Parts: sequence; structure tokens; C-alpha cells
Amino acid sequence: MNFNPQQIQDILVIIVAAATPLLLAAIGEVVAERAGVLNLGLEGMMIVGASTGFAFAYLTDSTIVGVVAGILGGVLMSAVFAFLTIGLATNQVAAGLALTIFGRGLANLIGEGFVGLKRTGAPHLYIPGLTDLPLVGRLIFGEDFFVYFAILLTGAVSYWLMRTRAGLTLRAVGDNHTSGHSLGVPVRGIRLLAVLFGGACAGLAGAYLSLSYTPFWSPDMTAGRGWIALALVVFASWKPWRALAGALLFGGVAVLALAFQGLGVPIPAQLLNSLPYLTTIVVLVVLSIRDSRGALAPASLGQAFIPDR
Amino acid sequence: MRLDLYARPQRSTLREILAPIGAMIVAILIGGIVVALMGRSPLEAFDVYFIEPLSQSYSLQAIAVKATPLILIGVGLAFCYRANYWNIGAEGQFIAGGALGGWLGLLTHDGALQGALGSWWILPAMMILGALGGLLYAMIPALLRVWLNVSEILTSLMLVYVAQLGLDWLVRGPWKDPSGHNLPVSVVFDPVAQLPVLFEDGSLHLGVLLAPIAAVIAAVVFAKTLFGYQVRLVGSAPKAARFGGFNDRAIAVAAFAISGGLAGLAGVVEVSGKIQQLLPSISPGYGFSAIIVAFLGRLSPIGIFIAGLVLALTFVGGEDAQIAMHLPGDLTLAFQGVLLICVLAADVLARYSLRLTMGAKS
Repeated sequence: MNFNPQQIQDILVIIVAAATPLLLAAIGEVVAERAGVLNLGLEGMMIVGASTGFAFAYLTDSTIVGVVAGILGGVLMSAVFAFLTIGLATNQVAAGLALTIFGRGLANLIGEGFVGLKRTGAPHLYIPGLTDLPLVGRLIFGEDFFVYFAILLTGAVSYWLMRTRAGLTLRAVGDNHTSGHSLGVPVRGIRLLAVLFGGACAGLAGAYLSLSYTPFWSPDMTAGRGWIALALVVFASWKPWRALAGALLFGGVAVLALAFQGLGVPIPAQLLNSLPYLTTIVVLVVLSIRDSRGALAPASLGQAFIPDR
Repeated sequence: MRLDLYARPQRSTLREILAPIGAMIVAILIGGIVVALMGRSPLEAFDVYFIEPLSQSYSLQAIAVKATPLILIGVGLAFCYRANYWNIGAEGQFIAGGALGGWLGLLTHDGALQGALGSWWILPAMMILGALGGLLYAMIPALLRVWLNVSEILTSLMLVYVAQLGLDWLVRGPWKDPSGHNLPVSVVFDPVAQLPVLFEDGSLHLGVLLAPIAAVIAAVVFAKTLFGYQVRLVGSAPKAARFGGFNDRAIAVAAFAISGGLAGLAGVVEVSGKIQQLLPSISPGYGFSAIIVAFLGRLSPIGIFIAGLVLALTFVGGEDAQIAMHLPGDLTLAFQGVLLICVLAADVLARYSLRLTMGAKS
């Protein structure tokens, strides 16, 4: 197989596009899990973000309104989750599943009237000269704003988590909520904000899918990306920059499947389509062999906190 | 403002029974508000969803047929969830069982393999293969969890997508009916590979009986056997279980085996009793709805039996509402999600009392 620079750039651009929703969702989940909350409702929040985002963008003919609506959709979903797990201390796994089941139904209800409608995707950056550079022009200077925002967000969250006092407090809450509580740290308040931030990121990731990646709404369009993003958090050992690397890897696998189909390689399409899921399992296995004691996960992850006085 | 939880001094059986009923009522009220917001009559919708299906023989039969996979899967999930292992891939195990069991239905098509032995063995063998398919598929997340500590939540869920794609490939490829006008369907099983109907002209098939049998056996296992006690102890007090000398890994694998086996059995019952051939997709999400059933039934087999019937009612009522009132089918899915959220909240209220304090920091 011979590729010219144009084709290589095309493939790289698609990989970045496939990686962006995974990265956005994973960054939000990193923050929530670092605060000790395992939100398995990522898929549900994403799909609601995708449907509200598309619905509002279509009705107002504005991508920005759609993005804001998608973020708010994710935040509202995560608020339900926060009420259950932080307010009522229910089991986080069960609440996350409930959120995903509810989100699928709600998103399909919201999106019902919008199936089959199309709108122009989010605009891409264009700098004359730079964007036209061979091989890297479109890759670096021709993405849409979601991509640049996702990378900025990764840097900002990484700095905030690792280098600021507030980030340290959040990590402390995730590692030992009882100590945090006895030091006077508002454990539940911090967890609430972390979960809402996770919801905002997941909503944005969903909005990216329906406003830029496809760009249209179809039922169940997230196709397990929320779950893959959850695996990505484990893969990244709860570190934002590693999530970026992981997202590119997973995006690459998904695009590889598409590329093989395009080249007419005689492999069943279903096998290629299952590659991202199989890769996720293999990656999780390899990681756990390396870190057999699970020492990297926040120590209070998934445990409900009921303050005693 | 802050919300505080106070553990109730005693457990009350009455409260534990009332909790899921209260959750159901709240979920129905929320559903009614949504229907009203859509500009439709909530009373009419309530009638179509919850009353009419109970008044006709054919819809009662449809409820029983739909409740069967929900109950079988839900009872299995109770073993995993009680032991605190989160198998959320029952949908994939259902498909694996349906495919492996259904495969025998394809092999024996048109009288094949039915020579000297006759055909009496086909249905039992299909059931066993179905259970085996689900069991083996559940072993992947189970063994990865106990050997390597890989999150069973993520692996079991990923395997759902793999199973869906796998069955899709089989039915569109090697298992396609050669004389089916190129439609993605397999041949229809011989009658000897179909679970017989219980009454003439009805949809109620023999597999329906498996649901109450499984629920009763599971109830006895939980209440009367050492294994049932071990499962509960591993889930509620893992350290005590380890000090007590229980092999928590073996118990986890056994819980997954039961869960996967029952999901696989549900799959082959659906394929043999209801669909009677293999299609690219054989489940409208039973494996996920069964998670709601398991929680609505408070992880107790008898409760799950009742909850399975209730959820089946929403499936059948939802189909009726689509036809009679043109309400979207996704309303049912959203309602089931709201129901699970209400059940989880009600569960807490049964064990804790809430106090809202204004103005203080938490």
C-alpha cells in the first residue's frame, strides 16, 4: 500500500476527530473519579448532550447555542446522579446504570423529531498559508474549535489537579473522604462540583458527535463511546495527559477499522467494528497485569460517603 | 442548605415492601407529567399502559412471554449483585446463549440428525447449549476479574457489543437461509426444535414455566443453603467472608456462572419459543431491562419475579400505546430509567430518614 501525504493527513485528521469525544468525556470523568465518584452514566450523559445539542442547534440555527444546550443537558443528567449518589448515598454503580438507561430513552425522546435532519458541521479553523501546508496544515491549523478546546481543557485540568491547592483538596477527598471530612473539607460539596463538571464534559462530548463529527442526530449514536471513555480513564491511570494519548490510540483503532473497510480488505465488517471494544478489553487486561494491586485508582473511588457528626 | 441522612434504628419489613411500590407510583406520576407535556391525556396513557393489557387474554400471554427472559436474567443477576460483582453484560450472555442453542436448531433443520435417535433430545439439548453459551461468555469477565482484577463492569459491557456484532455476522453470513430471498434471517426451526405452546392459538410457550421455577429455586438457595449465605456474606462483609475461610474467588465465579447460564437459557428460550429462527438482533434490550427488574425486586428472587411481570407490562403497554395513541416507543425506555432512579432513591429512604437543614455548610 502506498499513501501520499494527502492521504496520510486525511487519516490523521479523522483519528483526531474520533479521539476528541473520547477525550472530552474522559477528562470530565477523571475529575469526578479523582474526587472519589465513579459515574458509570457517561454514556447516558453523552447521548443526552448529543440530542439536546442537535435539537437546539437546529431550532436556533446556531452551533454555539447547541453546544451550550448539550453541556447543560449533560449537567442536568449529572445533577440527577449527584442527588442519588452524593445526596442519598445510593450505590454508585447502580445509579450510573440507571442514568445510562434513562439517558438513552430521554435522548431518543428529545431527538425523535430530528431524525434524518442535517445541518452544516461546526466550522473549521482556516489560516491562509498555514492551513494549506502539506501533511500537517489541516491537522494542526484546520481543526474545529472542539478539538482545540479539548486539548486546552486537558492542559488546564492537568495543571489544576496536580499543581493547585484546590486540585490537591479534590484528590484528597477522593483518596480518603473521612480524613477530608475531619479536616473540615466540604467532601460532598466538592464531589457535587466534580460530578457536575464531569456531566458538562460528557454533554460537550455528545454535542461534538451530533454537531461536528457526523453532523446529524440518530438514536444510539454514541455507540458505547461513553463506556470506552470510562475504560480510557483506567488506561490513563487517572492522569489527563495520558487520557489524550489513550484517546488517540482508541480513535486510531476505530479509524483503522473504517480504513480497512474502505480498502476492501476481505474481513467481515462486524469484526472490524468490534475492534474498539476488543481493544478496550485487551488494554484493560494488559494494564492490570502491570498494576496488579490497583494502586493507581483513587482509594475512595465508588464508596458512598455519609458524614457522621 | 444541606441534606443529612440518619440511619433508622430498626429495619422495617413494611417499609421495605412499600419502598418499591412508592417508587413505582412516583415514576408513574413523572411519566404522567411527561405525557401531559407532550399534549396527551395522562389518564388515557395510564389506561393503555397499565390497565388494558391486563384485561385481554392475548396481552396477558404476551406479558408472561416477555416477563420470562426478564425474570430468568434478573434472578441470575441477583447472585452477582448480592456478591457485589457487577455483571452488566447479561445482554451479551443472552445473545451468546440464543446463538449457541439456536445453532442446534439450525443443524437439525429439515429432519437432519434426527435419524436413529429421533427428535426428543433436541429441545433439552438446545436448552443446555443455550445455558452453556451464556455461562461460557460470562466466564470471560468473571475470570479476568478474579485472576487479574480487571473491572468486570467494563469487560462485560464491551462483550455485549461484540456479541451483537457476532450474531449479526453469523445471520448475515454463514447462517443465512439460502432460500430466504437474501434476507438476513436463518431458516425457521423444525417444530421439534420449537418450545410447544401451552394452549392452542396462544403465544404462551413451555419456556414460560422456567421463570417461576428459577425464582423458587433461587429463593431456596439464598434462604437455605450455605452457598446462598456465602454469596450474601461476600457481598456485604467481604473481610468477614475471607476470615471465615470462604473462597471468595470461587464464589464470584459461581455467581457469574449462574448469572450467565440463566441469561443464556433466557436467550435460547426466546429464540426457540418466540422467534423460532435466528435474526441479526434477538433482544429488545432484555439484558439491560433485567438490571431494573433485579433492583425493583430488591435482589430477592420472589421480588424479581413480581418485578419482571411489572416491567413486562410496561413493554406490552408501551407497544399498545405506540399503536393506539402514537406515543413514541422510547417513552417506555425513559420510563424504565425513571423507575430505576426512583427505586434506588426509595431504597435509601427505607433505611435512612432525611433531614434538610437550611443555611449550614456541609
